[in-house]
Amino acid sequence: MRWRDSFILVVLLLAGWQLLYLAVGDVALRSPAATVTNLNSLLADARFLPHVRETALAFAQGFAIAVVVGLLIGVPLGAARFAGEVAEPILVALYSIPKVTLYPVILLIFGIGMPAKVAFGAIHGIVPISIFAMNAIRNINPTHLRTARAMRLSTFDLIRTILVPAALPEIVTGIRVGFSLALIGTLLGEMFGSQRGLGHLLMQAMSLHNIERILALTLLLVVFAAGINALLLALDRRLHARA
Amino acid sequence: MKVLLARTLLIVGAVALLEILCRFGVIPNFTVIPPSAMAQSLWSILASGKFSEDIAATLTNVGIAIAAAMVVGVALGTLLQSWPAARRTFDPLFATYYAVPMYAFYPLLLVIFGLGDFPQIAIGFLLAVMAVIINTLNGLDRVPPVLLKTARVHRLGLVSAALRVRLPYAAPYVFTGFKLAVAYSFIGVVGAEFITSSRGIGYEISFAYNNFDNPVMYAMILFILLLVISVNMSLHAWEKRLLARRRRA
Repeated sequence: MRWRDSFILVVLLLAGWQLLYLAVGDVALRSPAATVTNLNSLLADARFLPHVRETALAFAQGFAIAVVVGLLIGVPLGAARFAGEVAEPILVALYSIPKVTLYPVILLIFGIGMPAKVAFGAIHGIVPISIFAMNAIRNINPTHLRTARAMRLSTFDLIRTILVPAALPEIVTGIRVGFSLALIGTLLGEMFGSQRGLGHLLMQAMSLHNIERILALTLLLVVFAAGINALLLALDRRLHARA
Repeated sequence: MKVLLARTLLIVGAVALLEILCRFGVIPNFTVIPPSAMAQSLWSILASGKFSEDIAATLTNVGIAIAAAMVVGVALGTLLQSWPAARRTFDPLFATYYAVPMYAFYPLLLVIFGLGDFPQIAIGFLLAVMAVIINTLNGLDRVPPVLLKTARVHRLGLVSAALRVRLPYAAPYVFTGFKLAVAYSFIGVVGAEFITSSRGIGYEISFAYNNFDNPVMYAMILFILLLVISVNMSLHAWEKRLLARRRRA
C-alpha cells in the first residue's frame, strides 16, 4: 500500500515538473528526462567526483559531531529535570533562529575551508538532536526506573534493558531531523565560504546561469536527501511500533 | 520562578563571559567584538535610520511569505483532510519534505523569477507552508465526531461546516502551524537574502562581512537574533495560553 502511494506520488511530481517545463520552456527549466541525462554525464565526469567527495566528507564529519554533541547535551539535560527546564526554551530559541546569519562568525573563527563547513553543518544538527534526546530521556516511564531499582539492576543492566530501549525511538527521530538539517548546513556553508563541494558548484552554476547544471545538482541532492530520509523513517517507524 | 531565575543568570553569565573574553583580548576583536560594542553599534544604526529600508524590506517579505503560507496551508490542509485518498498519496511527501535542502531550489527560483523580492518570499513560503498543512491536518483530525454530527443535523454545507465548526475547533493547532510558519519564513527569507539579493537584513550582514565591517555585521546579527527570538517567545507564550484554555473548556 505504502509503496504504491509513493510510486503514484513520484509519478505525480515528475508529471508536474514536465508540465511546468512545457509552460516556461528552455529559458528557465529542463525536462526531467534531459536532467537525468545531464546528471548521468555529470557523474561520469572525473572533475565532478572530487566535489562530491568533498561535500560527503564535510557532511559526514559535521553530522557525526552533531550526533555526539547533541546526545552529550540532550541526555544529561533529560536526566536532570531542573537543568532541562532551564535549558529547554534556550534550545528552542536556538532552533528557530536563522542560523545562516551566524555564518560570518563561523568563518571568522575557522577561516574559509573544511573546518568552517563541518562546524556549520554541526551547529545545524546539534540543536534538534539534543532537544529530541532530552525529551526521550525525560519521558521514560518512572515506573520502569522504580522497577529497575527494586530489582537491583546494575548500572550497565539498567542502561541495556531500560534506558536504551525506552529512549531509542525518540533519539532516532531526532537523528533523522538532525541529518536533514546538518546536510542543509553543510551545503549552505559551501555556498558562501568554499571553493569546492556541491554547494560551491551550485553557486557557480547560478552565477553562470547554467540551468542544466543547477537542475542536475538539485536533483542529485533531493534524491540523496529523500532516499536517506526514507531509510531513517522506516527505521524510526519500526522502533516506534515496537515501543 | 527558580527556573526563570536560573535561566536569566545563565544567559546574563554567558553574555558577561563573552564580554570579558573580548575585552581582555582572549578573543581577538577582528573575530568577535564585545556584546556591549554590538549593542552600541546597533543603537546608533537604528537611530540613524541607515538600514530602515532593508529592515522594512525583510519584514515585508517575511510577512507576505507567512500570509501566503497560512492561506494556502489551511486551504490545502482542509481539502486533504476531507479527501483521504489524496492525503494517503501525499503522505510520503509530508514525511520527506523537510529533509530536502530547500535552499537548493533558490538558484532555480532566481533563474526563473530574476533578482527581485519574489525568490526570497518563495523560499520562505515553501519552508513555512508544510508546517501549516501538517498542523491543520493534525487539528482537524481531533475534531470530536459529535461536533461533526451536530453540523450535519444543522444541515451545514461542506464549506460552512469547515468555517464554523471544524476550523474553529482546530484553531489552537493551526496556531502552532502559524508559530512555525513565522520561524521558517524568517529562516527562509533571511537565508535567501544572505545567498544573493539586492537588499534586506541578510544582504546587509553579508555585505558588512565582505567589507570586514565587524561593528555593522555584529549589530545586524544581534538585531535579527533579538527580533526572531522575541517574536517566537511571544508566540510561544500565546500558544500556551490558547492550549491551556482549550484544556479547561
